Amino acid sequence: MSENKLPPRERMKIPRQHMPEQPPEERRANFSEVNRGLTVLGATTEALRCLECAKPQCEHGCPVNVNIREFVRLVEQGDYLAAAAKIREDNVLPAITGRVCPQESQCEGCCVLGKKFEPLGIGYLERFVADYERAHGQVGLPEKAPPTGKRVAIVGSGPAGLSAAGDLVRWGHAATVFEALHEVGGVLLYGIPEFRLPKDIVRDEVNVLRQMGVEFQTNVVIGKTVTIDELLTEERYDAVLIATGAGLPKFLDVAGEHLNGVYSANEFLTRVNLMKAHDPSHDQPVFDCRGRDVAVVGGGNTAMDAVRTACRLGARTAYLIYRRSEKEMPARAEEARHAKDEGIVFLCLTNPVAFRGDPQGRLEAVRCIKMELGEPDASGRRAPVPVPGSEFDLPAQMAVIALGTGANPLVQSTTPDLQTNRKGYIAADPETLRTSKRGVFAAGDIVTGSATVILAMAAGRKAARSIDDYLHEAPAPLP
Amino acid sequence: MFPIVQAEFLAPDVKRFVIEAPRIARKRQAGQFVIVRVYDRGERIPLTIADSDPGRGTITLIVQGIGKTTKLMNLLGAGDALLDLVGPLGKPAEVKDFGTVVVIGGGVGAAIAYPTAKAMHEAGNHVIAVLGGRSRDLVILESEIRAISDEVFITTDDGSYGRKGLVIDPLKELIAAGRPLGLVLAIGPVRMMQAVAEVTRPHHIPTVVSLNSLMVDGTGMCGGCRIITASGARFACVDGPEFDAHTVDFDILAQRNRAYAESEAEALREFRAHADEYVREVRESCRLEAAHPEVRHPEEPTS
Repeated sequence: MSENKLPPRERMKIPRQHMPEQPPEERRANFSEVNRGLTVLGATTEALRCLECAKPQCEHGCPVNVNIREFVRLVEQGDYLAAAAKIREDNVLPAITGRVCPQESQCEGCCVLGKKFEPLGIGYLERFVADYERAHGQVGLPEKAPPTGKRVAIVGSGPAGLSAAGDLVRWGHAATVFEALHEVGGVLLYGIPEFRLPKDIVRDEVNVLRQMGVEFQTNVVIGKTVTIDELLTEERYDAVLIATGAGLPKFLDVAGEHLNGVYSANEFLTRVNLMKAHDPSHDQPVFDCRGRDVAVVGGGNTAMDAVRTACRLGARTAYLIYRRSEKEMPARAEEARHAKDEGIVFLCLTNPVAFRGDPQGRLEAVRCIKMELGEPDASGRRAPVPVPGSEFDLPAQMAVIALGTGANPLVQSTTPDLQTNRKGYIAADPETLRTSKRGVFAAGDIVTGSATVILAMAAGRKAARSIDDYLHEAPAPLP
Repeated sequence: MFPIVQAEFLAPDVKRFVIEAPRIARKRQAGQFVIVRVYDRGERIPLTIADSDPGRGTITLIVQGIGKTTKLMNLLGAGDALLDLVGPLGKPAEVKDFGTVVVIGGGVGAAIAYPTAKAMHEAGNHVIAVLGGRSRDLVILESEIRAISDEVFITTDDGSYGRKGLVIDPLKELIAAGRPLGLVLAIGPVRMMQAVAEVTRPHHIPTVVSLNSLMVDGTGMCGGCRIITASGARFACVDGPEFDAHTVDFDILAQRNRAYAESEAEALREFRAHADEYVREVRESCRLEAAHPEVRHPEEPTS
């Protein structure tokens, strides 16, 4: 414990710092970040609240086991760059996870302060030091081991691929990340909106990896442009990590889903986030929401992202349609609160049954049915059951389906000896993340189904460790 | 960045590009497509690969200038470059010995039909080509297609070349003459493909169309290209682009292709007024990309 520190009883008296936010009435019309970040004073005060537990529970709650006690201590001492470097030992994307991690169910959920008071704002502090580091332009690059001469191909530049690449280059291996789109970042770029994760931050974090020696190749669709087998033979990679995510959009499979104005969340968000369709200086078009009513179907973080994006594109009313009650919503509480503050209308216990259009094939209304909660289902949540005769038409000219995603079969279908499970996800050993194919590993949503950024990053790290073991046991490639 | 090594007009606003893309050239099979993004404010559009030369590491695209992006592309020439090009995407055409194959290309559809027709010819089929266009100068690739076809019919709407009429006229005659047709491949405007499907449907002649729906990623991620078929929604980018014509709902396809008609018209008006500036910008963004690949995405203002 550091010298001259307040005794625990005094520290517990300090209230948790509030995250400054852009006011709802302003932010609902712009794409600037909602959360503004703690000030130096706020961060120092928050860091003072840490009890510096002998056995920090928060670190167990972190999927990548960041050395939280240490980095918070460094914040309290005012050594923000050292704090950032400490996080980077375990987490290559701190400015990103500081923004999008569900801390309330991870590190902060385990914080002992939370038993009687509010938990330590670990996410706020992580974000603070990562932003400080960015602003001061001196990233504490981790030390690198001498080159091993081994080369690893990573398929997909989302959180799993990026975190694996960071670890592999640190251990002296060469890592090449292949991305199908024209820009690196995967879901961080095309999926999460600017107002929650500014794209410059993603680009900066990617550039840090570039400085560490990671090579990126965009516009390469593994499975089409190059197959996994070709990576291992012709392109002579020693190992391959498949980290393609769960990118296949789910539709409702109801009448009228083909109507113009009905989007998958993937399409709507990609048009806006990656292609900047809302910016008149960019060519990709998107439905003009101005003055129209928009309905987003789903209750997860992606549904929140889509409905808040529609609001920012000028929707007259933006509805969120969710079949269970608000209590069962999988979205983070903070996201739901932000959405409500921005004027999003929540229609819970409601489910779409069809889309109705005009003779030109344009969406006019979403036909919905009211639901009530019945017995608990397989997920442990009470299953929604339709209320007979409760159908009604919700006028809407645009609808977005945000019901989750499935496994994209592109890589699997062109890699015959790669085993998949019933749902099409890649079968990988839970400990080693080895697949049925020698030298090929898989990590992240393509193994588990859609999860969070940090769980994908944790899986990427685990795969990197396992690949490192494999490369040390594998015979050297033929000259 | 993908350098354009050769470019020439085949017809008014129909241009053939030979582009350096060695990985795509090596892999590409007949029927597959690429997604192109011309410059860094550009949209992603799908274009069918008309040919490839794995030895030279090039692919051939034939582009009809219809909207802003294709018209911009048609202002580029040898020495210019495309910022992004990804592929080959989609399933290759099913090529085998069907006996007799009728290949119908309407307008620039001939460019998309040509590689499959060539592959069908090489697979031992008797290839009957039907080329159609509104007028003489819109009939393209005639000599290339003649070289790989056993019979060729040419139709124009105005009778300025070949026979006056529609591409379905020779097809109807072939059927009426009792010619055994193993497969009909029709590529062109949606309404043309629909008409062909209606001609062959009562005769149960297997008919394949290549569908040009709107796409973003081209890898099955967005679902924007969904085609409604008799057995439900399919994605043109990964399940297609070729489909059994007798299962496709062409009316929905035509409606979906018009989803952005208004903003496309507006974009085209704006482009026509500033075409020179766009070409300068494309050249500048490619020059920057070549010099500093790491600073491809400069700071953007947040609105």
